[in-house]
Amino acid sequence: MIEVKGLRKSFTLGKRRKTRSVEAVRGVDLSVAEGEIFGFLGPNGAGKTTTARILCTLLEPDDGEAVIAGADLRKDPGAVRTRVGYVPQGGTTTDEITAREELVLQARMYGIGKAEAVERTEKALAAFELTEFADRQCKTYSGGQRRRVDIAMGIIHEPKVLFLDEPTTGLDPQSRAHLWDEVRRLRDQGMTVFLTTHYLEEADALCDRIAIIDHGEIVALGTPSELKHGVAGDVVTVGLNGSGPRAAELFDGRDYVRKLELGDDGLRLYVDDGSTAMPQIMRVLDGGDIHFDTVEVHRPSLDDVFLTKTGRSLRDK
Amino acid sequence: MKFLRDTWLVYQRQLLLVWRTPARLVIGFVQPIAYLVLFAPLLKTALAPTGAQTYADAYRIYVPGLLVVLVLLSGFFSGFGLLGELRSGVIERSRVTPAHRTALILGRAFSEVTVLMGQAVVITVVALPFGMTVQFGWLLLAYVMLALMALMACALSYAMAMLIPSPAALGPLINSVSQPLSLLSGVLLPLTLAPGWLVTIAEWNPIYWTTNGTRALFTGNPGDSSVWVGMLVVVALAALTVTWATRMFARQVR
Repeated sequence: MIEVKGLRKSFTLGKRRKTRSVEAVRGVDLSVAEGEIFGFLGPNGAGKTTTARILCTLLEPDDGEAVIAGADLRKDPGAVRTRVGYVPQGGTTTDEITAREELVLQARMYGIGKAEAVERTEKALAAFELTEFADRQCKTYSGGQRRRVDIAMGIIHEPKVLFLDEPTTGLDPQSRAHLWDEVRRLRDQGMTVFLTTHYLEEADALCDRIAIIDHGEIVALGTPSELKHGVAGDVVTVGLNGSGPRAAELFDGRDYVRKLELGDDGLRLYVDDGSTAMPQIMRVLDGGDIHFDTVEVHRPSLDDVFLTKTGRSLRDK
Repeated sequence: MKFLRDTWLVYQRQLLLVWRTPARLVIGFVQPIAYLVLFAPLLKTALAPTGAQTYADAYRIYVPGLLVVLVLLSGFFSGFGLLGELRSGVIERSRVTPAHRTALILGRAFSEVTVLMGQAVVITVVALPFGMTVQFGWLLLAYVMLALMALMACALSYAMAMLIPSPAALGPLINSVSQPLSLLSGVLLPLTLAPGWLVTIAEWNPIYWTTNGTRALFTGNPGDSSVWVGMLVVVALAALTVTWATRMFARQVR
Protein backbone atom coordinates (compact mmCIF):
# COMPACT_ATOMS: atom_id res chain seq x y z
CA MET A 1 0.00 0.00 0.00
CA ILE A 2 2.95 2.31 0.73
CA GLU A 3 6.30 1.75 -0.98
CA VAL A 4 9.06 4.19 -0.13
CA LYS A 5 12.59 4.18 -1.50
CA GLY A 6 15.50 6.39 -0.58
CA LEU A 7 13.40 9.27 0.76
CA ARG A 8 15.46 12.32 1.66
CA LYS A 9 14.67 15.79 2.91
CA SER A 10 16.79 18.52 4.39
CA PHE A 11 15.89 21.94 5.68
CA THR A 12 17.91 25.12 5.86
CA LEU A 13 17.89 26.65 9.30
CA GLY A 14 19.15 29.93 10.66
CA LYS A 15 19.45 33.35 9.10
CA ARG A 16 21.60 34.79 6.36
CA ARG A 17 25.24 33.91 7.00
CA LYS A 18 24.67 31.46 9.80
CA THR A 19 22.61 29.03 7.76
CA ARG A 20 23.07 25.35 8.21
CA SER A 21 21.42 22.48 6.51
CA VAL A 22 19.71 19.86 8.63
CA GLU A 23 18.99 16.48 7.16
CA ALA A 24 15.63 15.58 8.60
CA VAL A 25 15.14 12.41 6.60
CA ARG A 26 18.15 10.57 5.23
CA GLY A 27 17.34 7.72 2.95
CA VAL A 28 14.21 6.09 4.35
CA ASP A 29 13.04 2.84 2.75
CA LEU A 30 9.88 1.18 3.89
CA SER A 31 6.99 -0.87 2.73
CA VAL A 32 3.58 -0.97 4.38
CA ALA A 33 1.09 -3.70 3.55
CA GLU A 34 -2.62 -3.19 3.02
CA GLY A 35 -4.69 -3.29 6.19
CA GLU A 36 -1.89 -2.98 8.72
CA ILE A 37 -1.22 -0.44 11.41
CA PHE A 38 2.31 0.71 10.77
CA GLY A 39 4.01 2.69 13.51
CA PHE A 40 6.83 5.16 13.12
CA LEU A 41 8.51 5.28 16.51
CA GLY A 42 11.23 7.72 17.45
CA PRO A 43 12.16 10.66 19.66
CA ASN A 44 11.08 14.20 18.86
CA GLY A 45 12.99 15.57 15.90
CA ALA A 46 13.81 12.12 14.52
CA GLY A 47 12.11 12.83 11.20
CA LYS A 48 8.77 11.11 11.82
CA THR A 49 6.54 14.07 11.06
CA THR A 50 8.65 15.15 8.10
CA THR A 51 8.31 11.67 6.57
CA ALA A 52 4.55 11.62 7.15
CA ARG A 53 4.17 15.11 5.66
CA ILE A 54 6.16 14.14 2.59
CA LEU A 55 4.00 11.07 2.06
CA CYS A 56 0.82 13.18 2.34
CA THR A 57 2.06 15.59 -0.38
CA LEU A 58 2.60 18.46 2.05
CA LEU A 59 6.34 18.59 1.53
CA GLU A 60 8.36 17.87 -1.54
CA PRO A 61 11.14 15.33 -0.97
CA ASP A 62 14.66 16.23 -2.09
CA ASP A 63 15.17 12.74 -3.37
CA GLY A 64 13.56 9.33 -3.37
CA GLU A 65 10.48 7.61 -4.71
CA ALA A 66 7.18 6.73 -3.13
CA VAL A 67 4.08 5.01 -4.38
CA ILE A 68 1.04 5.32 -2.14
CA ALA A 69 -2.15 3.37 -2.85
CA GLY A 70 -0.96 2.95 -6.42
CA ALA A 71 -0.27 6.64 -7.06
CA ASP A 72 3.19 8.03 -7.61
CA LEU A 73 3.94 10.75 -5.08
CA ARG A 74 6.07 12.86 -7.39
CA LYS A 75 4.27 12.43 -10.67
CA ASP A 76 0.72 12.53 -9.40
CA PRO A 77 0.34 14.20 -5.99
CA GLY A 78 -3.29 14.97 -6.86
CA ALA A 79 -4.12 11.26 -7.04
CA VAL A 80 -2.29 10.66 -3.75
CA ARG A 81 -4.41 13.37 -2.10
CA THR A 82 -7.66 11.65 -3.01
CA ARG A 83 -6.43 8.31 -1.66
CA VAL A 84 -4.88 9.32 1.65
CA GLY A 85 -6.20 11.00 4.75
CA TYR A 86 -3.97 13.00 7.07
CA VAL A 87 -4.52 14.06 10.65
CA PRO A 88 -1.84 16.52 11.70
CA GLN A 89 -0.31 16.73 15.13
CA GLY A 90 -2.16 18.91 17.60
CA GLY A 91 -5.54 18.98 15.94
CA THR A 92 -7.24 21.00 13.27
CA THR A 93 -10.67 21.84 14.64
CA THR A 94 -11.67 25.48 14.97
CA ASP A 95 -13.19 26.65 18.25
CA GLU A 96 -16.23 28.38 16.81
CA ILE A 97 -17.25 25.76 14.24
CA THR A 98 -19.32 22.67 15.04
CA ALA A 99 -18.21 19.12 14.31
CA ARG A 100 -20.97 18.72 11.76
CA GLU A 101 -19.96 21.87 9.89
CA GLU A 102 -16.29 20.88 9.90
CA LEU A 103 -17.04 17.41 8.57
CA VAL A 104 -19.38 18.58 5.80
CA LEU A 105 -16.86 21.18 4.69
CA GLN A 106 -13.98 18.72 4.71
CA ALA A 107 -16.00 16.25 2.62
CA ARG A 108 -16.90 18.98 0.15
CA MET A 109 -13.26 20.01 -0.17
CA TYR A 110 -12.71 16.55 -1.58
CA GLY A 111 -15.20 17.37 -4.32
CA ILE A 112 -18.06 15.43 -2.74
CA GLY A 113 -21.55 16.84 -3.46
CA LYS A 114 -23.59 18.47 -0.73
CA ALA A 115 -26.16 15.71 -0.15
CA GLU A 116 -23.51 13.01 -0.13
CA ALA A 117 -21.32 15.10 2.23
CA VAL A 118 -24.18 15.44 4.68
CA GLU A 119 -24.87 11.72 4.54
CA ARG A 120 -21.22 10.79 5.11
CA THR A 121 -20.99 13.26 7.96
CA GLU A 122 -23.95 11.60 9.63
CA LYS A 123 -22.28 8.20 9.35
CA ALA A 124 -18.91 9.45 10.57
CA LEU A 125 -20.51 11.21 13.55
CA ALA A 126 -22.23 7.99 14.52
CA ALA A 127 -19.14 5.84 14.04
CA PHE A 128 -17.03 8.12 16.24
CA GLU A 129 -19.79 8.59 18.83
CA LEU A 130 -20.01 12.29 18.17
CA THR A 131 -23.67 12.62 17.17
CA GLU A 132 -24.75 13.80 20.60
CA PHE A 133 -22.76 17.04 20.48
CA ALA A 134 -22.32 17.39 16.72
CA ASP A 135 -24.04 20.78 16.73
CA ARG A 136 -22.05 22.29 19.56
CA GLN A 137 -19.03 24.45 18.82
CA CYS A 138 -15.74 22.56 19.00
CA LYS A 139 -14.47 24.68 21.89
CA THR A 140 -16.90 22.84 24.17
CA TYR A 141 -15.34 19.43 23.42
CA SER A 142 -12.86 17.47 25.49
CA GLY A 143 -9.42 16.71 24.08
CA GLY A 144 -10.47 13.19 23.19
CA GLN A 145 -13.64 14.34 21.45
CA ARG A 146 -11.74 16.90 19.41
CA ARG A 147 -9.27 14.24 18.39
CA ARG A 148 -12.11 12.03 17.22
CA VAL A 149 -13.45 14.88 15.09
CA ASP A 150 -9.95 15.24 13.60
CA ILE A 151 -9.83 11.57 12.70
CA ALA A 152 -13.38 11.58 11.37
CA MET A 153 -12.32 14.44 9.07
CA GLY A 154 -9.29 12.42 8.00
CA ILE A 155 -11.44 9.54 6.75
CA ILE A 156 -14.50 11.39 5.46
CA HIS A 157 -13.46 10.76 1.84
CA GLU A 158 -12.87 7.05 2.53
CA PRO A 159 -9.13 7.03 1.87
CA LYS A 160 -7.12 3.85 1.42
CA VAL A 161 -4.40 5.04 3.77
CA LEU A 162 -4.75 7.16 6.89
CA PHE A 163 -1.77 9.06 8.28
CA LEU A 164 -1.96 9.95 11.96
CA ASP A 165 0.73 12.23 13.32
CA GLU A 166 1.15 11.70 17.07
CA PRO A 167 -2.54 10.90 17.46
CA THR A 168 -2.62 10.53 21.23
CA THR A 169 -0.21 13.21 22.39
CA GLY A 170 -1.80 15.16 25.21
CA LEU A 171 -4.69 12.76 25.77
CA ASP A 172 -5.56 11.19 29.11
CA PRO A 173 -5.13 7.41 29.39
CA GLN A 174 -8.82 6.70 28.94
CA SER A 175 -9.18 8.78 25.77
CA ARG A 176 -5.99 7.20 24.49
CA ALA A 177 -7.38 3.68 24.93
CA HIS A 178 -10.59 4.79 23.25
CA LEU A 179 -8.66 6.19 20.31
CA TRP A 180 -6.64 3.00 19.95
CA ASP A 181 -9.91 1.11 19.62
CA GLU A 182 -11.02 3.51 16.89
CA VAL A 183 -7.78 2.98 15.00
CA ARG A 184 -8.12 -0.80 15.28
CA ARG A 185 -11.69 -0.57 14.03
CA LEU A 186 -10.51 1.33 10.94
CA ARG A 187 -7.84 -1.30 10.33
CA ASP A 188 -10.43 -4.05 10.66
CA GLN A 189 -12.49 -2.30 8.00
CA GLY A 190 -9.52 -2.67 5.66
CA MET A 191 -7.87 0.72 6.02
CA THR A 192 -4.09 0.99 6.14
CA VAL A 193 -2.94 3.18 9.02
CA PHE A 194 0.44 4.87 9.22
CA LEU A 195 1.01 6.55 12.56
CA THR A 196 3.90 8.32 14.18
CA THR A 197 4.43 8.17 17.91
CA HIS A 198 7.04 8.66 20.55
CA TYR A 199 5.15 6.50 23.02
CA LEU A 200 6.63 3.03 23.44
CA GLU A 201 3.39 1.60 24.81
CA GLU A 202 1.46 2.91 21.84
CA ALA A 203 3.84 1.36 19.33
CA ASP A 204 3.84 -1.89 21.26
CA ALA A 205 0.12 -2.24 21.90
CA LEU A 206 -1.38 -0.76 18.75
CA CYS A 207 0.97 -1.32 15.83
CA ASP A 208 1.24 -4.43 13.72
CA ARG A 209 4.67 -3.39 12.52
CA ILE A 210 7.07 -0.69 13.61
CA ALA A 211 9.93 1.23 12.12
CA ILE A 212 12.19 2.84 14.68
CA ILE A 213 13.62 6.08 13.35
CA ASP A 214 16.45 8.13 14.77
CA HIS A 215 18.22 11.11 13.20
CA GLY A 216 16.30 10.62 9.98
CA GLU A 217 17.23 6.99 9.49
CA ILE A 218 15.37 3.79 10.15
CA VAL A 219 17.38 1.81 12.68
CA ALA A 220 15.02 -1.15 13.14
CA LEU A 221 11.98 -2.53 11.37
CA GLY A 222 9.65 -5.39 12.26
CA THR A 223 6.73 -6.50 14.41
CA PRO A 224 7.00 -5.42 18.06
CA SER A 225 7.74 -8.99 19.16
CA GLU A 226 10.33 -9.55 16.44
CA LEU A 227 12.10 -6.40 17.49
CA LYS A 228 12.06 -7.34 21.15
CA HIS A 229 13.29 -10.85 20.39
CA GLY A 230 16.07 -9.35 18.35
CA VAL A 231 17.47 -8.02 21.60
CA ALA A 232 19.34 -10.66 23.64
CA GLY A 233 17.27 -12.84 25.99
CA ASP A 234 16.81 -10.81 29.15
CA VAL A 235 17.77 -7.47 30.53
CA VAL A 236 19.20 -7.10 34.03
CA THR A 237 19.08 -3.55 35.34
CA VAL A 238 21.30 -2.78 38.33
CA GLY A 239 20.30 0.34 40.20
CA LEU A 240 23.56 1.98 41.18
CA ASN A 241 24.40 5.13 42.95
CA GLY A 242 27.56 6.74 41.80
CA SER A 243 29.82 3.85 40.88
CA GLY A 244 28.41 3.27 37.38
CA PRO A 245 31.58 3.50 35.31
CA ARG A 246 33.50 1.22 37.70
CA ALA A 247 30.72 -1.37 37.62
CA ALA A 248 30.54 -1.21 33.84
CA GLU A 249 34.25 -1.94 33.71
CA LEU A 250 33.83 -5.02 35.92
CA PHE A 251 31.23 -6.53 33.59
CA ASP A 252 32.96 -5.61 30.38
CA GLY A 253 34.09 -8.77 28.59
CA ARG A 254 32.22 -11.31 30.79
CA ASP A 255 31.07 -14.11 28.51
CA TYR A 256 27.46 -14.10 29.77
CA VAL A 257 27.03 -10.37 29.07
CA ARG A 258 26.15 -9.76 25.44
CA LYS A 259 26.05 -6.02 25.70
CA LEU A 260 25.94 -3.42 28.41
CA GLU A 261 24.64 0.10 28.61
CA LEU A 262 25.15 2.69 31.29
CA GLY A 263 22.04 4.83 31.58
CA ASP A 264 20.45 7.25 33.99
CA ASP A 265 18.56 4.43 35.66
CA GLY A 266 21.70 2.37 36.25
CA LEU A 267 23.57 -0.32 34.42
CA ARG A 268 21.72 -2.45 31.91
CA LEU A 269 23.16 -5.87 31.11
CA TYR A 270 21.77 -7.80 28.15
CA VAL A 271 22.11 -11.52 28.96
CA ASP A 272 20.86 -14.76 27.38
CA ASP A 273 19.12 -16.05 30.48
CA GLY A 274 18.36 -13.84 33.43
CA SER A 275 17.92 -16.64 35.96
CA THR A 276 21.43 -18.09 35.50
CA ALA A 277 23.12 -14.73 35.03
CA MET A 278 21.73 -13.19 38.21
CA PRO A 279 23.86 -15.12 40.72
CA GLN A 280 27.01 -14.40 38.74
CA ILE A 281 26.15 -10.74 38.52
CA MET A 282 25.57 -10.54 42.28
CA ARG A 283 28.94 -12.18 42.96
CA VAL A 284 30.74 -9.73 40.69
CA LEU A 285 29.02 -6.79 42.35
CA ASP A 286 29.90 -8.05 45.82
CA GLY A 287 33.46 -8.95 44.83
CA GLY A 288 33.98 -5.51 43.30
CA ASP A 289 32.57 -3.90 46.43
CA ILE A 290 30.00 -2.03 44.34
CA HIS A 291 27.17 -0.50 46.26
CA PHE A 292 23.83 -1.06 44.53
CA ASP A 293 20.21 -0.38 45.41
CA THR A 294 18.21 -2.73 43.22
CA VAL A 295 18.62 -5.55 40.73
CA GLU A 296 15.82 -6.27 38.29
CA VAL A 297 15.32 -8.82 35.53
CA HIS A 298 12.89 -8.11 32.76
CA ARG A 299 12.05 -9.08 29.22
CA PRO A 300 13.32 -6.54 26.72
CA SER A 301 10.95 -3.71 25.88
CA LEU A 302 10.89 -1.54 22.78
CA ASP A 303 12.94 0.91 24.79
CA ASP A 304 15.67 -1.72 25.04
CA VAL A 305 15.44 -2.13 21.28
CA PHE A 306 15.86 1.61 20.87
CA LEU A 307 18.69 1.65 23.36
CA THR A 308 20.65 -1.15 21.71
CA LYS A 309 20.24 0.48 18.30
CA THR A 310 21.01 4.06 19.23
CA GLY A 311 22.74 3.96 22.60
CA ARG A 312 20.10 6.26 24.06
CA SER A 313 16.87 5.65 25.90
CA LEU A 314 13.64 6.93 24.43
CA ARG A 315 12.27 7.52 27.91
CA ASP A 316 14.88 10.15 28.70
CA LYS A 317 13.48 12.37 25.99
CA MET B 1 -15.57 25.54 -12.15
CA LYS B 2 -13.79 23.52 -9.51
CA PHE B 3 -11.77 26.60 -8.67
CA LEU B 4 -14.89 28.71 -8.16
CA ARG B 5 -16.56 25.99 -6.11
CA ASP B 6 -13.55 25.56 -3.83
CA THR B 7 -13.17 29.33 -3.43
CA TRP B 8 -16.86 29.52 -2.48
CA LEU B 9 -16.43 26.76 0.11
CA VAL B 10 -13.48 28.47 1.79
CA TYR B 11 -15.25 31.85 1.56
CA GLN B 12 -18.37 30.52 3.27
CA ARG B 13 -16.41 28.92 6.06
CA GLN B 14 -14.43 32.09 6.76
CA LEU B 15 -17.57 34.21 6.85
CA LEU B 16 -19.20 31.75 9.22
CA LEU B 17 -16.17 32.13 11.46
CA VAL B 18 -16.49 35.94 11.41
CA TRP B 19 -20.17 35.62 12.25
CA ARG B 20 -19.34 33.41 15.22
CA THR B 21 -16.73 35.85 16.60
CA PRO B 22 -18.70 39.08 16.77
CA ALA B 23 -16.16 40.74 19.08
CA ARG B 24 -13.84 41.24 16.13
CA LEU B 25 -16.59 42.85 14.11
CA VAL B 26 -17.60 45.20 16.88
CA ILE B 27 -14.03 46.39 17.42
CA GLY B 28 -13.77 46.95 13.69
CA PHE B 29 -16.72 49.35 13.85
CA VAL B 30 -16.04 51.20 17.05
CA GLN B 31 -12.84 52.87 15.98
CA PRO B 32 -13.96 54.37 12.65
CA ILE B 33 -17.23 55.51 14.19
CA ALA B 34 -15.34 57.20 17.01
CA TYR B 35 -13.29 59.10 14.42
CA LEU B 36 -16.46 59.98 12.60
CA VAL B 37 -18.15 61.41 15.67
CA LEU B 38 -15.24 62.85 17.64
CA PHE B 39 -12.73 63.91 15.00
CA ALA B 40 -14.65 64.85 11.88
CA PRO B 41 -16.47 67.85 13.48
CA LEU B 42 -13.08 69.56 13.87
CA LEU B 43 -12.66 69.44 10.17
CA LYS B 44 -15.15 72.05 9.07
CA THR B 45 -12.82 74.85 10.01
CA ALA B 46 -9.66 72.93 9.16
CA LEU B 47 -10.90 72.16 5.69
CA ALA B 48 -12.20 75.66 5.01
CA PRO B 49 -9.19 76.52 2.79
CA THR B 50 -10.15 73.63 0.46
CA GLY B 51 -13.59 75.09 -0.04
CA ALA B 52 -15.50 73.18 2.62
CA GLN B 53 -18.28 75.43 3.81
CA THR B 54 -20.54 73.11 5.77
CA TYR B 55 -20.33 69.95 7.87
CA ALA B 56 -21.66 68.10 4.86
CA ASP B 57 -18.70 69.28 2.79
CA ALA B 58 -16.28 68.27 5.54
CA TYR B 59 -17.78 64.80 5.79
CA ARG B 60 -17.69 64.34 2.03
CA ILE B 61 -13.95 64.90 2.18
CA TYR B 62 -13.28 63.05 5.39
CA VAL B 63 -15.45 59.91 5.09
CA PRO B 64 -13.79 58.56 1.94
CA GLY B 65 -10.40 59.03 3.59
CA LEU B 66 -11.63 57.19 6.65
CA LEU B 67 -12.87 54.32 4.50
CA VAL B 68 -9.52 54.09 2.73
CA VAL B 69 -7.77 53.90 6.09
CA LEU B 70 -10.19 51.24 7.25
CA VAL B 71 -9.75 48.92 4.28
CA LEU B 72 -6.02 49.47 4.05
CA LEU B 73 -5.10 49.00 7.68
CA SER B 74 -7.51 46.15 8.40
CA GLY B 75 -6.44 44.53 5.14
CA PHE B 76 -2.78 44.90 6.05
CA PHE B 77 -3.34 43.13 9.34
CA SER B 78 -5.19 40.16 7.85
CA GLY B 79 -1.84 38.37 7.51
CA PHE B 80 -1.97 37.68 11.24
CA GLY B 81 -5.15 35.67 10.78
CA LEU B 82 -3.48 33.65 8.06
CA LEU B 83 -0.48 32.99 10.30
CA GLY B 84 -2.76 31.74 13.05
CA GLU B 85 -4.50 29.39 10.69
CA LEU B 86 -1.25 28.17 9.20
CA ARG B 87 -0.11 27.29 12.72
CA SER B 88 -3.32 25.73 13.91
CA GLY B 89 -3.45 23.06 11.21
CA VAL B 90 -6.65 24.33 9.62
CA ILE B 91 -4.89 25.14 6.39
CA GLU B 92 -2.84 21.96 6.59
CA ARG B 93 -6.09 20.05 6.68
CA SER B 94 -7.35 21.64 3.48
CA ARG B 95 -3.99 21.29 1.81
CA VAL B 96 -4.15 17.50 1.90
CA THR B 97 -7.42 17.64 -0.03
CA PRO B 98 -7.35 18.01 -3.81
CA ALA B 99 -8.96 21.47 -3.41
CA HIS B 100 -7.61 24.14 -5.75
CA ARG B 101 -4.52 25.73 -4.17
CA THR B 102 -5.43 29.28 -5.20
CA ALA B 103 -8.96 28.83 -3.86
CA LEU B 104 -7.59 28.24 -0.38
CA ILE B 105 -6.11 31.71 -0.24
CA LEU B 106 -8.56 33.63 -2.44
CA GLY B 107 -11.58 32.38 -0.51
CA ARG B 108 -9.94 33.80 2.62
CA ALA B 109 -9.08 37.12 0.99
CA PHE B 110 -12.61 37.54 -0.40
CA SER B 111 -14.13 36.95 3.01
CA GLU B 112 -11.91 39.69 4.48
CA VAL B 113 -12.96 42.03 1.68
CA THR B 114 -16.63 41.24 2.30
CA VAL B 115 -16.36 42.04 5.99
CA LEU B 116 -14.52 45.30 5.29
CA MET B 117 -17.09 46.38 2.73
CA GLY B 118 -19.84 45.64 5.23
CA GLN B 119 -18.09 47.95 7.66
CA ALA B 120 -17.67 50.59 4.95
CA VAL B 121 -21.41 50.55 4.26
CA VAL B 122 -22.23 50.95 7.94
CA ILE B 123 -19.84 53.89 8.26
CA THR B 124 -21.36 55.57 5.21
CA VAL B 125 -24.83 55.15 6.67
CA VAL B 126 -23.70 56.53 10.04
CA ALA B 127 -22.28 59.59 8.26
CA LEU B 128 -25.56 60.41 6.51
CA PRO B 129 -27.27 62.01 9.56
CA PHE B 130 -24.33 64.44 9.74
CA GLY B 131 -25.52 65.83 6.46
CA MET B 132 -23.21 63.97 4.11
CA THR B 133 -24.75 63.37 0.71
CA VAL B 134 -23.37 61.28 -2.08
CA GLN B 135 -24.78 60.15 -5.38
CA PHE B 136 -25.64 56.46 -5.37
CA GLY B 137 -23.97 55.48 -8.65
CA TRP B 138 -20.68 57.16 -7.74
CA LEU B 139 -20.88 55.64 -4.28
CA LEU B 140 -21.05 52.18 -5.81
CA LEU B 141 -18.03 52.94 -7.98
CA ALA B 142 -16.19 54.19 -4.89
CA TYR B 143 -17.03 50.92 -3.16
CA VAL B 144 -15.54 48.98 -6.08
CA MET B 145 -12.35 50.98 -5.70
CA LEU B 146 -12.33 50.40 -1.94
CA ALA B 147 -12.93 46.67 -2.38
CA LEU B 148 -9.99 46.44 -4.76
CA MET B 149 -7.85 48.33 -2.23
CA ALA B 150 -8.93 45.92 0.48
CA LEU B 151 -8.07 42.95 -1.73
CA MET B 152 -4.69 44.43 -2.53
CA ALA B 153 -3.86 45.15 1.12
CA CYS B 154 -5.02 41.72 2.17
CA ALA B 155 -3.03 39.90 -0.52
CA LEU B 156 0.06 41.95 0.29
CA SER B 157 -0.34 41.13 3.96
CA TYR B 158 -0.73 37.41 3.22
CA ALA B 159 2.41 37.46 1.11
CA MET B 160 4.35 39.24 3.87
CA ALA B 161 3.04 36.78 6.46
CA MET B 162 4.30 33.86 4.40
CA LEU B 163 7.60 35.62 3.80
CA ILE B 164 8.09 36.32 7.53
CA PRO B 165 6.03 33.74 9.40
CA SER B 166 6.60 35.23 12.85
CA PRO B 167 3.95 37.46 14.43
CA ALA B 168 6.59 39.38 16.35
CA ALA B 169 8.43 40.40 13.18
CA LEU B 170 5.36 40.76 11.00
CA GLY B 171 3.85 43.60 13.07
CA PRO B 172 6.73 46.06 12.61
CA LEU B 173 7.05 45.10 8.94
CA ILE B 174 3.39 45.83 8.29
CA ASN B 175 3.62 49.11 10.19
CA SER B 176 6.66 50.21 8.24
CA VAL B 177 4.83 49.58 4.99
CA SER B 178 1.44 50.97 5.97
CA GLN B 179 2.59 54.13 7.73
CA PRO B 180 4.32 55.87 4.81
CA LEU B 181 1.61 54.67 2.45
CA SER B 182 -1.13 56.29 4.50
CA LEU B 183 0.81 59.42 5.50
CA LEU B 184 1.64 60.11 1.88
CA SER B 185 -1.86 59.55 0.64
CA GLY B 186 -3.77 62.32 2.35
CA VAL B 187 -6.27 60.01 3.98
CA LEU B 188 -6.76 62.18 7.06
CA LEU B 189 -6.51 65.59 5.43
CA PRO B 190 -6.33 66.07 1.68
CA LEU B 191 -2.86 66.88 0.43
CA THR B 192 -4.19 69.98 -1.32
CA LEU B 193 -3.24 71.59 1.99
CA ALA B 194 0.30 70.24 1.74
CA PRO B 195 3.41 72.05 0.55
CA GLY B 196 4.47 71.29 -3.02
CA TRP B 197 7.36 68.97 -2.19
CA LEU B 198 5.08 66.71 -0.17
CA VAL B 199 2.62 66.45 -3.03
CA THR B 200 5.49 65.61 -5.40
CA ILE B 201 6.50 62.68 -3.21
CA ALA B 202 2.90 61.61 -2.69
CA GLU B 203 2.32 61.42 -6.41
CA TRP B 204 4.58 58.38 -6.43
CA ASN B 205 2.34 56.69 -3.90
CA PRO B 206 -0.41 54.64 -5.56
CA ILE B 207 -2.63 55.07 -2.52
CA TYR B 208 -2.55 58.85 -3.07
CA TRP B 209 -4.35 58.32 -6.38
CA THR B 210 -6.88 55.84 -5.05
CA THR B 211 -7.63 58.09 -2.07
CA ASN B 212 -8.14 61.09 -4.31
CA GLY B 213 -10.22 58.99 -6.67
CA THR B 214 -12.49 57.78 -3.89
CA ARG B 215 -12.81 61.33 -2.61
CA ALA B 216 -13.63 62.68 -6.07
CA LEU B 217 -16.41 60.12 -6.38
CA PHE B 218 -17.83 61.07 -3.00
CA THR B 219 -17.74 64.78 -3.80
CA GLY B 220 -19.43 64.17 -7.12
CA ASN B 221 -16.51 64.80 -9.48
CA PRO B 222 -16.32 61.49 -11.36
CA GLY B 223 -14.59 63.24 -14.24
CA ASP B 224 -11.54 64.00 -12.09
CA SER B 225 -8.43 62.37 -13.52
CA SER B 226 -7.69 60.75 -10.15
CA VAL B 227 -10.75 58.50 -10.63
CA TRP B 228 -9.52 56.66 -13.70
CA VAL B 229 -5.86 56.84 -12.68
CA GLY B 230 -6.77 55.48 -9.23
CA MET B 231 -8.89 52.75 -10.73
CA LEU B 232 -6.13 51.67 -13.12
CA VAL B 233 -3.56 51.75 -10.36
CA VAL B 234 -5.64 49.72 -7.93
CA VAL B 235 -6.62 47.11 -10.52
CA ALA B 236 -2.98 46.65 -11.44
CA LEU B 237 -1.85 46.51 -7.82
CA ALA B 238 -4.56 44.08 -6.80
CA ALA B 239 -3.68 41.80 -9.70
CA LEU B 240 -0.01 42.02 -8.81
CA THR B 241 -0.36 41.35 -5.09
CA VAL B 242 -2.91 38.57 -5.54
CA THR B 243 -0.57 36.87 -8.01
CA TRP B 244 2.31 37.25 -5.58
CA ALA B 245 0.36 35.90 -2.63
CA THR B 246 -1.07 32.92 -4.51
CA ARG B 247 2.37 32.08 -5.91
CA MET B 248 3.93 32.23 -2.46
CA PHE B 249 1.15 30.09 -1.08
CA ALA B 250 1.30 27.52 -3.87
CA ARG B 251 5.07 27.27 -3.58
CA GLN B 252 4.98 26.89 0.15
CA VAL B 253 2.28 24.28 0.14
CA ARG B 254 2.78 22.48 -3.21
